[in-house]
Amino acid sequence: MSQTSEVTKPAGTTGFGGLQARSGAALNTVVRVAIRNLDFFYGDNRALKAINLDLPDRQVTGMIGPSGCGKSTLLRVLNRMYSLYPGQRAEGEVMMDGRNVIAPDMDLNELRAKVGMVFQKPTPFPMTIRENIAFGVRLHERLPKNRMDERIEWALTRAAIWGEVKDRLDTSAMGLSGGQQQRLCIARTIAVRPEVILFDEPTSALDPISTLKIEELIDELKRDFTIAIVTHNMQQAARCADQVAFFYLGELVEVAPAAQLFTAPREKRTQEYITGRFG
Amino acid sequence: MSATTIAPGPVKDAAVALALGRRRRRTDRMVRALCLGATLLGLAFLASILLTLTWRGFEAMSLRVFTMVTAPPGSEGGLLNAIVGSLIQALMGTAIGTPIGMLVGTYLAEYARGSKLGNAVRFVSDILLSAPSILIGLFVYQLMVLPFGGFSGWAGVAALAIIVIPIVVRTTEDMLQLIPNTLREAVIGLGAPKWRMIVLVCWRAAMSGIITGVLLAVARVAGETAPLLFTSLGNNAWSTDLSKPMSSLPVTIYSFAGSPFEDWIALAWAGALLITLGVLGLNILARSLLRSRI
Repeated sequence: MSQTSEVTKPAGTTGFGGLQARSGAALNTVVRVAIRNLDFFYGDNRALKAINLDLPDRQVTGMIGPSGCGKSTLLRVLNRMYSLYPGQRAEGEVMMDGRNVIAPDMDLNELRAKVGMVFQKPTPFPMTIRENIAFGVRLHERLPKNRMDERIEWALTRAAIWGEVKDRLDTSAMGLSGGQQQRLCIARTIAVRPEVILFDEPTSALDPISTLKIEELIDELKRDFTIAIVTHNMQQAARCADQVAFFYLGELVEVAPAAQLFTAPREKRTQEYITGRFG
Repeated sequence: MSATTIAPGPVKDAAVALALGRRRRRTDRMVRALCLGATLLGLAFLASILLTLTWRGFEAMSLRVFTMVTAPPGSEGGLLNAIVGSLIQALMGTAIGTPIGMLVGTYLAEYARGSKLGNAVRFVSDILLSAPSILIGLFVYQLMVLPFGGFSGWAGVAALAIIVIPIVVRTTEDMLQLIPNTLREAVIGLGAPKWRMIVLVCWRAAMSGIITGVLLAVARVAGETAPLLFTSLGNNAWSTDLSKPMSSLPVTIYSFAGSPFEDWIALAWAGALLITLGVLGLNILARSLLRSRI
């Protein structure tokens, strides 16, 4: 009996707690974003401690960890969202395209055009679906009407929502369902054609079916974009991510290819977290 | 089946429970009666005011109220100059006060959150909101009537604008603060500069609320008498010249209602009814706007 069960279990894919990680293909060696020795402070409170992490080009990096571990904070460093709030500061290096993103002379609007963000709650703007997409594009490009229409269709198609909205582009985006709104926000983000897309718990406000659609979408989008996703849901990290980083109390405890992290974590804390012993 | 037993609860003293229940019901009846009584008393006054106003107002209402200007007692006259003067001053005052108020409110909500200057501005604006309007009239009198040698429509407009500003500041700030921060971050996250975020997204999201505030401001200044007494003064002849004294409904009501002449008093009732209906209409419009937002 014990022999058969060993045989039916494909080695190396089913991890602790039955987490099914995506096949353990090797990570892309081209690095899109390189984080070196990053510290982050909310006032005097050090929320990130000497983080070193690479985001491989056109792959998905999942960030997991208990609440308050700093994973969302790290995401907000990557597009300098924290700069909106006085008293928050980062030290260290976040290298992207040969420049340190957190340097004071960084052009933030240009950076945010390259690093898009999708939030926990859908955030449609109070305007039509078409205007929602065009809004971001107009910030960075001047397109004639036909090119703009093409871009809108392209973005909505890539976000897997074109079929649902193509007949109502000029109606208010507030009338869409939660899952549709979230895909609209993804379309709005990719319409700007960023290099990196940050997802901050993008499905925690959505029902299971919408969640599945978003996850499929993320898998689709990584052909063109480098993706970082913060999630509280370890199954989601296992399903979506190529590489997973586990954070705890502001430290990056472990980063590894998803299959490895969920099956054979090096650190005891990682193992305890993914088996649900704390967090 | 019959084996099911109900676990005994904590033992209660039935007599005490009964007495407690009776006392609570008695207190409840008393409080309810007091609330109802106070409501009825308030409603009775309101109904009396409205009924008298409607009765006397409609009695005095006629076409000439809208077609003829105010005239000496005993001769045929209406309220045309007062109605038009009121409309001009209230609308101009709102038109001047609204953009200023909106910008100040935007500054408070978007740029000065938690800053010392912001708190000071908010404090001053709130004081202005509850300042007696006669003080505003006197202030403008010192500033615009004395130096320029006479009462004028412009001075009236300025006084009303000063009343409009803090109302619009308040609503603009409140409405902008209702907008979730994630919406702001979403706009910024696309690479938009802050001013675009405010003008294209925040204002749009807050617009129906701000319009509601503006409508309520119009309703408020349409009924103001004191600030106009010292500024536009009133004018018994037809005039749309803002550099001359200008008539207005509240001031006309004030002077006509205090006169000993029957026909003037009747016209004052008609004017009062007009203002009340106007304010009522604006309030209903504002409420329906606010409701359609939610």
